[in-house]
Parts: sequence; C-alpha cells; structure tokens
Amino acid sequence: MQRDIHENHRIEIRLSGSGGQGLVLAGVILAEAMGVYEGKNVAQTQSYGPEARGGASRSDIVISDTEIHYPKTTQLDLLLSLTQESCDQYYRSLKENGILVVDSDKVRQLPSHKAFSLPFIKTAKEQAGTPVVANVVSLSAVAAIMELCPKESLLKAVLMRAPRGTEDKNRTACELGYEMGVEARRKMRERKYAFDH
Amino acid sequence: MSEVETQNKRKQLYKSNTPLLMQGNEACAWGALAAGCMFFGGYPITPSTEIAEMLARYLPQIGGHFIQMEDEIASIASVIGASVAGAKSMTATSGPGFSLMQENLGYAYMAEVPCVVVNVQRGGPSTGLPTKVAQGEMMQAKWGTHGDYFPIVLVPSSVKECFDLTIRAFNLSEKFRSPVVVLSDEVLGHMREIVSLPPQDELEIITCTRPNEPPEWYRHFEITPDYLSPMASFGEGYRFHLTGLTHDEYGFPTSKQKEIVDKLEKLRLKTARHIDEIADVRLDLMDDAHIMVLAYGSTARAARQAIRIARKKRFKVGMVQPLTIWPFPDDIVGRLLEKVDLVIVPELNQGQIIGEVKRLCQRHIKIVGLNRFDGELITPAQIVDKIKEERP
Repeated sequence: MQRDIHENHRIEIRLSGSGGQGLVLAGVILAEAMGVYEGKNVAQTQSYGPEARGGASRSDIVISDTEIHYPKTTQLDLLLSLTQESCDQYYRSLKENGILVVDSDKVRQLPSHKAFSLPFIKTAKEQAGTPVVANVVSLSAVAAIMELCPKESLLKAVLMRAPRGTEDKNRTACELGYEMGVEARRKMRERKYAFDH
Repeated sequence: MSEVETQNKRKQLYKSNTPLLMQGNEACAWGALAAGCMFFGGYPITPSTEIAEMLARYLPQIGGHFIQMEDEIASIASVIGASVAGAKSMTATSGPGFSLMQENLGYAYMAEVPCVVVNVQRGGPSTGLPTKVAQGEMMQAKWGTHGDYFPIVLVPSSVKECFDLTIRAFNLSEKFRSPVVVLSDEVLGHMREIVSLPPQDELEIITCTRPNEPPEWYRHFEITPDYLSPMASFGEGYRFHLTGLTHDEYGFPTSKQKEIVDKLEKLRLKTARHIDEIADVRLDLMDDAHIMVLAYGSTARAARQAIRIARKKRFKVGMVQPLTIWPFPDDIVGRLLEKVDLVIVPELNQGQIIGEVKRLCQRHIKIVGLNRFDGELITPAQIVDKIKEERP
C-alpha cells in the first residue's frame, strides 16, 4: 500500500538533528528553491519540542510534480542526520534504497554501510569560517546528491533567507556543500550503489 | 492615515500572482490584511504566534493598530471594542486562550459585534501539547460559551484555504454581525506550501451595511425581514446601547416575553435563513461512492490521498469535506448519507463531529470513527486500513 503513495513521483526528505542547528530553516530554503524557483509542488512541515535549543528537531519536505494531498512524510527517500540520536531514531523511516546522509564527526555508528558520511560541520567551521552555516553546507550537499535542482536556484533561495550580513558565508557554504554532494554522487555512481532516482 | 493612504500602503505590501512559500499562519495574516483588518488585539501562544507577529509588523504600516494585551480575556475585549468603533478586528490564539475568550465571545454573539477569532488548535485539554496537532475544539467552537447561540465556524485544510477562509470569515462576520471562528491547527499553521495570492481587486470583500435612516430613527438591533440589521459605529452620531443582557431593538435590557423571544430567534434565524450562503462543502469522488469519508481540516489531506489509494483497490469511496463546520451542513451531508452504506469519520480527537453524522443519518448504516490523539496526523494508510477492515 505504501508504494502507491509514491507512484506519482513524490520525493520525501527529512533533515534531522538537534534544536538550534538550523534544520527547520534549511527545510524552508529547500522548499523555497524547489517550489518558487523550480516550479514544483512542495509541502514543508516540522516537528520540534518546546525548548529553543537541544532536543530532537526535524524538518520534512515533500516535493511532487502533482498536487500534494498528504503533506507529511511516510517513507523517506533521503534522511539527513546531524546527530547520532536523530540518525538512530529516524533510520527506520527510510524506504528501501533510500539515501542516508550523515555528518561524519557527529554520527560515528552508521546503521548501514551505504551511507554518505561527510564532514559538514568541520567544513563549515574551517572553510566557511563558522559552524553556524553547517545547515546550508549539508542542505546543498543533499540537493546535489538527489540532483534536485541546479545550484543557482538553491543559491537564490539561500540568499533570500540568509540574515543580512551573512550572505558571503552562506554563499561559500552553499558552494562547498554542493561540490561535496556532486563529488559524493560521482563516487556513488562508480561504486554502482543500487538506487534509482 | 487617510483611507487612500491605507489602501496604497496595503497594495505595496500585498504581492499577488507570484508564487510564495508561506505558512498557514502567514496566509491567515495576509487574508486578514486583504479583507481590510485594521485591528489585532492578542496574546502570543504557540502555535498561533506567527499571525500576531506578522500583523504586529504590517498593521502599523497601513495605519492600523496592533496591541498585545495582558491575556486572552483582555484580547477579545479589545477586539470587541475596536469593532464597535468601526475597525474590522481580529485575534488569534490556541486552545488555552480560546477557553479564556469564551465569556466575552458570548458577549459578542449577544451584542452582535462582528470579529474574527483564529484558533490554531493544539493538543489539549489545558496546556496539553503546545507543539502538536489536534482537532479538540470542534465542539467548544459550537458550545463554548453559555446560552443558546448559533456560531459560524470555518475549517481550512491547506495554506491557500487559510487565506481564503480568513477573508470569508471577515465577510461572514460583517454580513451576519457575529464573531466568526476559523479553526486551523498546528500542522496547517506551521506547514509551508506554495501560494499565489489572487489580485486584491478580484477578491470579494463585504463590509456591513450602514444605516440610511436619520440617527433619531436608528435601531441598532432592528429586526428586519432577513434578520440582518444595518450597523452604525460608535462616534458616528447614531445612538445605541450595548449590553450582554437580553435587549430590545435599541439595545436596552428587556424582560418582555415578546422581545426576549424575538431577540433569541433572531440570533438563530440570521444564520438559519442564510444557510445556503454559509454552507461550504467540498466533495471529492462522491458521484458513485458507496463509502463516505467525512473529514475536515488537516485530516482531510490524509483522506484525499487515502480515497485515491482505496479507489485503485476498487473500493467505491469518496470524500466529504465541510469547510463550514458550524452551522453543520445538514442538508448536503444528509442527502449524501442516503446514497452510502458506510461512513468513516477520521478526527484528531476521540470523536466529536461523528456525532453530527449520526444525528443526521436516518437509516441503519455503519458509521465508524478513526481517532488519533497522540499529537500526530492520521496517515492515508490508516484510513485505507480502516476501509479494508470495515469492508473486507
């Protein structure tokens, strides 16, 4: 029954981590890139606790060519986890052949050898100058891995939502992340992972 | 700020015909601005706060007013005051605040003061689950305050409908001189979707009819043939009295039997006589359906997906979605109930609107609820499973 839901080219993505990592914003940016600049139907929802920092936090994005009836995710095509806790908690929501993307420093125990383990937070800190933009780095990598949209659309959406004064850092973060994603996808092709998007 | 300046300012802020990514709460705020809302009095509460935030930013820019009051009791009081002075007014809240507003809402029903209350539902009772979704106030919106009254309550199911129904809420409140409640929920309020706002001049905006007789003849609560009375505002030269006590056509307290009955009947008949105009039901695949899923609010989203999955499995199932939940669309739903032999009512509560369906059903058919109250949305799979379970 679950398969029927996905028949009409529906893509479901979850960005997860702990509160304060900027994942809800990352979800909004991705939804904006896909909805406003790529002309797709999108629904972005989130789940968070009452606390401002800490606690599990997640942002879900559904992307479709047709009208989205059910706005929440049921079986994930891609899961991004920036903490071990969120990886453990949501890994089961991934569908068969779904893609797992994790931060290599935060998630040490991978539930599957087919995961992409990339140093998002480290890259943000060392090359973009602040760990705060790790959300944009990882979001851009996700967009590239899934081949969701060209970099230009993503960059436009990032700069739309970036707080004033942080544009340069966010642009760097977006470019770094996108490159990481493209590279990861190339490696995956070479190794011929089973996955059909 | 003059009327013209306000209109120009509003036009500058309002972006039509461009796809925008927005939350249901933002859409409510845009709907309010487009409908001509000039006053918001409220108290922030999750998950409704974004409505207050947006109107706090934009209302002062168009010459309107935003006040954060000390609590929700004062909020609805300020809204009533602003409305009586002639401003289209609203507030937004969630369960705990909606409970606090009930007493003054009753006053607004009795004194026939137009205003809009958006209740973005979260888990309850009491402070419940602040960040989780529920549909627990379906009955409170109908019977929340004491006495015999007949509220108008609208339930959106998408971000666009949050915009549309907020405008409709203002229109109905002006026309029927009554509070109108919009029952949104946490999923709708915080969900983002792409919306393209229609141009402002294409929107139908209703403002209450003004009296055209001289002030000395004016009766604020005049009982007219269609039960809708023209409305003057305080400060315009028309004299009238406002009270929560049962009153005559001038607004003064009465204990004459005829005047009491006339007043209370008016409260009922002004909506009952216009039910066709107020009722709004969306039908989906109902033409040949033997199974009906009656769903509203964010639950309708799961139902719309579910009936399509079930159709592929050859279940003849359709969906009925009341966008106006009170007054309940008795005629439309009653007629549809004659054609089906199984009804499923998914709700994010332990069974509230299912009672209305049972009340309307004259025949012996199976009416079952599908209830979830753990703070998450019902999934399409759950509804399909329920259909299979009831019709193996």
